[in-house]
Amino acid sequence: MADAVKLEAPKLKAKDFKSTQEVRWCPGCGDYAILAAVQSFLPELGLEREKIAFVSGIGCSSRFPYYLNTYGIHSIHGRAPAIATGLAVSRPDLSVWVVTGDGDALSIGGNHLIHALRRNVNLKILLFNNRIYGLTKGQYSPTSEPGKLTKSSPMGSVDAPFNPLSLALGSEATFVARTLDSDRAHLQEVLRAAAEHEGSAFVEIYQNCPIFNDNAFEVLKNPETRDEAIIRLRNGEPVRFGAADGEKVVVQSGYGLEVRDAADVDEADVVVHKADVDDPAYAFALSRLSGTALDHTPIGVFRNVARPTYDKGVRTQVDEAAAGVDRREALDRLLHSGDTWTVL
Amino acid sequence: MNTVRQLDRVVIRFAGDSGDGMQLTGDRFTAETAKLGNDLSTLPNYPAEIRAPAGTLPGVSSFQIHFADTDILTPGDQPEVLIAMNPAALKANLRDLKSGGTIVVNTDEFTKRNLTKVGYEANPLEDGSLDDYQVHPVALAGLTIAALAEYEVSKKDAERSKNMFALGLVSWMYSRPTEATEEFLRGKFKAKPAIAEANIAALKAGWNYGETAEAFAVRFEVPPAKLNAGTYRNVTGNTALAWGITAAGVASGLPVFLGAYPITPASDILHELSKHKRFGVTTVQAEDEIAAVGAALGASWGGALGVTTSSGPGIALKSETISLAVSLELPLLVVDVQRAGPSTGLPTKTEQADLVMAMFGRHGEAPIAVLAPQSPSDCFDIMLEAARIGLAYRTPVMVLSDGYIANGAEPWRLPDLADLPDISVAFATEPNGVDAKGEPAFLPYLRDPETLARPWAVPGTPGLQHRIGGIEKADKTGDISYDPANHDHMVRTRAAKIAGIDVPDLEVDDQGDADVLVLGWGSTWGPIGAAVRGLRDKGVPIARAHLRYLNPMPGNTAEVLARYDKVVVPEMNLGQLALLLRGNFPGVNVVGYNQVRGLPFTSNELQDALEEVIKNG
Repeated sequence: MADAVKLEAPKLKAKDFKSTQEVRWCPGCGDYAILAAVQSFLPELGLEREKIAFVSGIGCSSRFPYYLNTYGIHSIHGRAPAIATGLAVSRPDLSVWVVTGDGDALSIGGNHLIHALRRNVNLKILLFNNRIYGLTKGQYSPTSEPGKLTKSSPMGSVDAPFNPLSLALGSEATFVARTLDSDRAHLQEVLRAAAEHEGSAFVEIYQNCPIFNDNAFEVLKNPETRDEAIIRLRNGEPVRFGAADGEKVVVQSGYGLEVRDAADVDEADVVVHKADVDDPAYAFALSRLSGTALDHTPIGVFRNVARPTYDKGVRTQVDEAAAGVDRREALDRLLHSGDTWTVL
Repeated sequence: MNTVRQLDRVVIRFAGDSGDGMQLTGDRFTAETAKLGNDLSTLPNYPAEIRAPAGTLPGVSSFQIHFADTDILTPGDQPEVLIAMNPAALKANLRDLKSGGTIVVNTDEFTKRNLTKVGYEANPLEDGSLDDYQVHPVALAGLTIAALAEYEVSKKDAERSKNMFALGLVSWMYSRPTEATEEFLRGKFKAKPAIAEANIAALKAGWNYGETAEAFAVRFEVPPAKLNAGTYRNVTGNTALAWGITAAGVASGLPVFLGAYPITPASDILHELSKHKRFGVTTVQAEDEIAAVGAALGASWGGALGVTTSSGPGIALKSETISLAVSLELPLLVVDVQRAGPSTGLPTKTEQADLVMAMFGRHGEAPIAVLAPQSPSDCFDIMLEAARIGLAYRTPVMVLSDGYIANGAEPWRLPDLADLPDISVAFATEPNGVDAKGEPAFLPYLRDPETLARPWAVPGTPGLQHRIGGIEKADKTGDISYDPANHDHMVRTRAAKIAGIDVPDLEVDDQGDADVLVLGWGSTWGPIGAAVRGLRDKGVPIARAHLRYLNPMPGNTAEVLARYDKVVVPEMNLGQLALLLRGNFPGVNVVGYNQVRGLPFTSNELQDALEEVIKNG
């Protein structure tokens, strides 16, 4: 709809997006940082507050909508993408965001997530991944590492985890990115790219749970290890990282990608990042660089390609069929269609 | 020249293999009969398997039609005429046929192998076992192939047209016009004109066979029924239901949004609504039942008329989301086309065993409105009522149709759309209160004192941004609240809102002399009506009433029930309405009459059961 974005964007501030509700996450929760980053990013959308809707499921992260002065639904466990799909299809004038967690999106709601992504519904899906169930007090989640000791796995979890980005890519997602709760500049850069993408945007945000899984992402945050662990993806640039014990690069290897010492590699062999490569195999290979130990973890936009969106496809059919139709008259014709007879 | 004999009513059953096209044949015979002005009622009956092994008993598909020169209420208890396309169809349906009835049988299929397949040791056409019936042996396949010898179709395609030969023959026997069927065939096989012409030729050959073969000495006529003046069409429950949803969109001025997942016997509603995008109807075929209702609820939040359609197993999956809709207090129409359960049960057979689930099948205190259509055409009106209630009271409404109503058809006097009710909604556009600081504020749970409905502020409305969710909300503000007294208040308020829904009084049909009331709900309306007529014809007094509104029940229900010594409640379940009545109206003497055979009641058995209660207590 043309009137979705006002030409004269209001000069709203982060505080304009704060609701009156008291924020009730645990002290030190990574969700605070994400909330602050989102509140200060939202004015950039250039939309009035009423044009923005947040839909969440159940879990700590899903309390998010209560703290934003936009329209919001805190719904039921795992179903946010389904509810948001109904809203996005019927209301093209809105900017629709889904906030979910690793349990909400990948366990109970796995089916809705993959279908929203394959359809390419115009939703921005923020998955806060803390690799644990927080609200239910500390059971292992579908992203917990094997062997994880929790209340429900006292001898160690025997579950094999999902790689959320690999799952999203396998679901035909058109926009896939990863970022960190503690890196506000990077988080906002990724949100910006997600907002600009037409279609489903899937953003995994590594988020620390200080109560049940503290320091799960320490290797990516500790100044001594982070430069070697984090691979910052920048479109059009060679994929290189590391500092302390020498620069590393990413090269093709067999059917995938691998990390090598830059000194051992011909410059021409270093992979140049292209998020808009149509074949998802490249982004998938990138997603496989980091195992559960997070030793080489790419962050940034893995994949960003254009594909027709589901909601627009649905609306186009309805709009074309409904154009110029007098519905009352058409209903009368429908009722009288086919074989009818008259009794005098 | 054949003799023509007048009849007032006939029940015919077409039966064959699921690949023989019996449903199509029945549909066309129905259309011809409707065109002629008879009142009619139909009962399709087919296996869950798309193509069960050919020639077997499980593969038999049938279509029954009852038509008359008076108004009728059921598809008939016992057919007087059976068209049997193979030995399996004869064996599966013979026990239902009236003694002395007519059998038209396709002799080409009565081979030793086919007879053995269904357990016939001897050929029933030759061993005298059909002596009590009038049997017309016709080589349907052979005659059809011979009739189409000059046509450019394969032998296989020619053989496949034998159902049209049968239709032509039966149309001749009962003096039905076939022109509309010829038109229909030209349309259906538009891309294959040779097939269309072959089918038309088969239809005519069947007609001519009746006229020339000496076996058929008598022809029958059933004069038109004296129906109320108006324009009529034939309609199935699922079609009327889909049109009712479409009409609710027109009457409310809201876009309709259907979220659905394919399931028997509800899928035809999804198919039908998918064709009606010109009314601004959006259909989303979701990834599962939960997503289907979730998307509908999301669309409702956005200001659409959200609808989801399913059958029992799907409704069970939607339960949690319906509870969310109760908490969010948003309109949501949920259609349950009931089928025999539990679990997969008998997916193509009818039952009324989801009533208690509709009433209570949610977590917490989660009351919703529950309505049930009483006949195929009533599905149109019931959806308008469901939309009226859902929109006015901001509540989920469950509509309990069933397989019998969904697939059965009856003539429907078309409504005048000038009478379409106005069910438009006023969305909230302004703050409706003040906040703690005295500033104007929007209070999403400040209620209308009359209906107890909350305001509906759709996203996009400036200044009314608010958050709603499944957590208990504080009265008026809608903020999260864990306060015990507030929860108690909100639970009671939601219950009072549903209990206070405005529904019309229960109408009682009592000739003034009855001590016994028969009270039904849903699709038993037809069989109960026929049974009551039968009793009154015999001079047995009985009163009847029918509940279209199951929650809340009409305000006069208690008073009506209290008037009678006994209230007989026939249900296709083990006593679910009876359970509700005993709970709500403890003094009433409720007598259940229950069957769960996957089929509607026959009016005869119902009549006998009611007479038993009246005479013997």
